[in-house]
Amino acid sequence: MDALIEILTNLHPEVDFDTCETLVDDKIIDSFDIVSIISEVNEEYDVVIPAEEIIPENFNSAKALYALIKKLEDEE
Amino acid sequence: MLFTSAKFIAFLIALVFLYYLVPKKAQWPLLLIGSYAFYYFADTSGMYLIFIITTTISAYFAGIMMNKVNDKSSAYLKANKETLSKEDKKAYKAKMKSKKWAILLVCLIFNIGILSVTKYTNFVINNINTFLSDASKLQPIAMIVPMGISFYTFQTCGYIIDVYRGKHDAQRNPFKLALFVSFFPQLVQGPISRYSDMEASLYKEHKLNESDISEGLTRILWGYFKKLVVADRIITAVTTLISDTAYSGTYVFVAMLFYAFELYCDFTGGIDITIGIARILGITLKENFNLPYFSKNIKEYWNRWHITMGTWFTDYIFYPISVSGPMLKLSKWSREHLGQNIGKRVSVYLSSLIVWFTTGLWHGAAWNFIVWGLMNFVVIMISQELEPLYAKFHGKFKVKDKAWYGVFEIVRTIFLMSMIRMFDCYRDVPLTFKMVGTMFTRVNLKIFVDGSLLNLGITKADYIILVVAFIIILSVSTIKYNRGFVFNKDKYLLRYSLLAVLFVLIIVFGAYGVGYDSTQFIYNQF
Repeated sequence: MDALIEILTNLHPEVDFDTCETLVDDKIIDSFDIVSIISEVNEEYDVVIPAEEIIPENFNSAKALYALIKKLEDEE
Repeated sequence: MLFTSAKFIAFLIALVFLYYLVPKKAQWPLLLIGSYAFYYFADTSGMYLIFIITTTISAYFAGIMMNKVNDKSSAYLKANKETLSKEDKKAYKAKMKSKKWAILLVCLIFNIGILSVTKYTNFVINNINTFLSDASKLQPIAMIVPMGISFYTFQTCGYIIDVYRGKHDAQRNPFKLALFVSFFPQLVQGPISRYSDMEASLYKEHKLNESDISEGLTRILWGYFKKLVVADRIITAVTTLISDTAYSGTYVFVAMLFYAFELYCDFTGGIDITIGIARILGITLKENFNLPYFSKNIKEYWNRWHITMGTWFTDYIFYPISVSGPMLKLSKWSREHLGQNIGKRVSVYLSSLIVWFTTGLWHGAAWNFIVWGLMNFVVIMISQELEPLYAKFHGKFKVKDKAWYGVFEIVRTIFLMSMIRMFDCYRDVPLTFKMVGTMFTRVNLKIFVDGSLLNLGITKADYIILVVAFIIILSVSTIKYNRGFVFNKDKYLLRYSLLAVLFVLIIVFGAYGVGYDSTQFIYNQF
């Protein structure tokens, strides 16, 4: 989880990713950010987040995104 | 059958009456009949209908086949839950996914193929001809381009991709799917709806409901007000200005502002009518606009303008390209070789470039649309790169919260977007660059006072009507921007008074009847 928080913080240092749960809903992160995150997650965790998983529920918080990464890791 | 024609209004009134008179179960079949009748009237040879039915049939069978793969897969995994290892399950799921992928691919190639052949064949021929001698030039082909094909094809592709992604099951009733593809208010200029958004209300049994009728009617009249009082009036001046290159310099600036106003009223007005009609029928459609001219930057503008098209391109083109294997590899390579800063931008910008190229092409088979799309990409990329600089500027000068700075940002965005849109007006790339250039080099402010603007095909009375309409639209938009809604829905007296006022305004000041040509919506050509 720390590595993920670091990826996110590098992108938006002004956001508290430990508590924020409306990253997409409040337009804190946009489609460009999402693609950057996916690319860095791919390098850090060696998982590919498929396009069908790019939905607000999976990207609204660091916690939800981490849960998605774990789910994809389990499936691989 | 134009939305603004008496024939359409008679058709709509008859359909709404029947809709609430027939047994509730017959409502959605009636809508399908109505939608096909509407489409038939658009082309009485029946060819449009053949195209839309073909698309529907292909999507129906692709969806059903994917459903079967899903059912088979679930049954197999359930039956062998205890005996299959994790690897076996993974391999089986991958096999099933590739089957669905093959079905999806065939369906997409088929439908995008139809769209490409009908819409882009002559564009390709024209481009090939530029390399050929006069004697060997290819002849253009007389091609039928069904009305709204770009809209219903994208809507259908979205449906089938969502079935593939498991977002929802395929519709098992072919007639219900046919209604989703052909729902008549959307056939003219969208919005590009998602099945998951429409499903709940499209096939439901609807009771006659006062708020649906009155709010739907208000929305329709507001749309007609924008279309008939503004767009169909100002179009005369816009056409005059862009069809003669003698109107250069400050005239181009006037054409740019007039076209911005015309397009806004034409497109948002048309969508207001579409959403209003659906609302009267008890059907909820996604909003396509969210006060786009209040955007403070281009990115925000594209989140507020033609929303359903933007999200379609993001979900079905931008994301799949960005997270595809080759793009992730490119991203990794560029980070390693070009450094983090540049490397992380490569895949995002490349995907974005593809999306904007496609967006331009979607709008029309011509280079001016492609350049228009690429110009949007360039502006977005530059503003993205300038963001840190803006942040520093805002931090130092503390202007971000000042009202005047907000107005400046809004005006800047409108100006920039309107300038790019001139490619849409002149329909010729070099000419657009030349004419927009004269806007800065041949400034002639005299035209605002010497009566020149009265020679553009619209009278002083027309200008007064346009100014008043502008004030009304700006006031309504400002109220909505500030408090999120225009008026309290419980205030019946206010609601019905507004309905009456709008009706009178359209009848008295609408640009129709003798001396006016009713025009199709601008986005209908796309």
